[in-house]
Amino acid sequence: MTLSTDPAVDPLARELLQSVVDVARAIFGAQAGSVCLLDETAGELVFQAVSGRGEESLVGRRFPAGQGIAGWVAASGEPMVVDDLDANRTFDRDFAESTAYVPNALMAAPLTHGSRVLGVLEVLDPAPQARASLPELDLLAMFARQAAAALRVIAERTPAPEPVPDRAAALGLLADLEELLRRQP
Amino acid sequence: MNGPAGLTWSLRDRGPADLPVLADRLTDGSEGSDGTGKGVRVCVVDSGIEPDHPLVGPLQGSWAVVKDPVTRELTVRPDTAGDTCGHGTACAGIIRRTAPDCELYSVRVLGERFTGTGDMLIAGLRWAVRQGFDVVNLSLSTTRTRFLEELHSIADDAFFARTAIVASAHNTPVESFPWRFSSVISVGSHQEDDPDLHLYNPEPPVEFFAPGQNVRVPWLGGTTIRTTGNSFATPYVAGLCARILSRRPRLTTFQLKSALYLTAANVQVPTTPTPEAPDDPQH
Repeated sequence: MTLSTDPAVDPLARELLQSVVDVARAIFGAQAGSVCLLDETAGELVFQAVSGRGEESLVGRRFPAGQGIAGWVAASGEPMVVDDLDANRTFDRDFAESTAYVPNALMAAPLTHGSRVLGVLEVLDPAPQARASLPELDLLAMFARQAAAALRVIAERTPAPEPVPDRAAALGLLADLEELLRRQP
Repeated sequence: MNGPAGLTWSLRDRGPADLPVLADRLTDGSEGSDGTGKGVRVCVVDSGIEPDHPLVGPLQGSWAVVKDPVTRELTVRPDTAGDTCGHGTACAGIIRRTAPDCELYSVRVLGERFTGTGDMLIAGLRWAVRQGFDVVNLSLSTTRTRFLEELHSIADDAFFARTAIVASAHNTPVESFPWRFSSVISVGSHQEDDPDLHLYNPEPPVEFFAPGQNVRVPWLGGTTIRTTGNSFATPYVAGLCARILSRRPRLTTFQLKSALYLTAANVQVPTTPTPEAPDDPQH
């Protein structure tokens, strides 16, 4: 993640992402919606905003970015919709069960900046009429594109934090060193 | 590439009789209707394929592109991890359904650790082309233009070596590769319910449309799901290629594309030649 703002601490980014998942959930009549952002260094996706089921417990949780449907979406940069998940163990079932909620249908789209994937927008258990057809896939991808653009605007308007403590510490050390050298005969 | 010296740049000291070519006939649009894929080697470059899935059947080989964590060098190694997502298994199942007797192979270019498409995809695709597979299914693309030249080169090598790369168009209107290249067979979804319908697009770059909406596909754990997208239209066309090649193994890649064109439901060939077409601005 290279955004110069951290949604975990930036109120505007947090509000935007919460709005994104709330609206996504409403558009598709879904049980839940979530945004995960990619932590490339750790190779993990991190829940940043959740609407509906899991809202209380999921934000801040991490899972490996190389696997499962969200992992495929993050890696490929393509949206994906799947239905009839009931009968199988995927959607990282172990992880899903640890969140006390296993969906039957899932839609996921990448949040992209140019050719970079910033994260993944997921919609869980959309209304039956909003599932698994091309127009819904298009709509989800378009909405994710708008969300990613809004996220970028916030990131670009937020100045990168100055490394004040490190700089101050370094200057302090230099001053001490200078003082020490002066005292030497 | 490996032909006799002197044939590469121009024909010197040889005549037509020195260049016999035994070919298979393209006829009336029935190509592939009776083929089963038997003897055709199809490689799925994706997230891997789950072994022993009842709707996928036997796998002839599985490999993965592996990145050395220190040197970052990419190598292709035999793989037993199967599928990290389900996407590759889904593609394999559609190919198996379409060409039941083909030989299926897998190269995993996604999974385990987050990588993104790009260098892993290129390494896997290049490897598959060098192995001489007859058909490569690539339900992936990259938007990173720095890979453009290398991908183009691999696609051209495949075209001349008779490896048909069947590549998905991106699901959203963005520029990505290699599906944009004329040397590959590019596929997008149509919205018809007919599971055996493919169409030719008179306005490429996407050249063919195939069933990609609400498709039942095999998934992890021996199960099935329903899904939607160009990813799942592509293996149908890859399967069609296998069917055609099993009956006409000598076809070149451009002939194979012609066979797909002739068998597309929206392509009509008049039974008697039309002497002139006054309304056609090209005449």
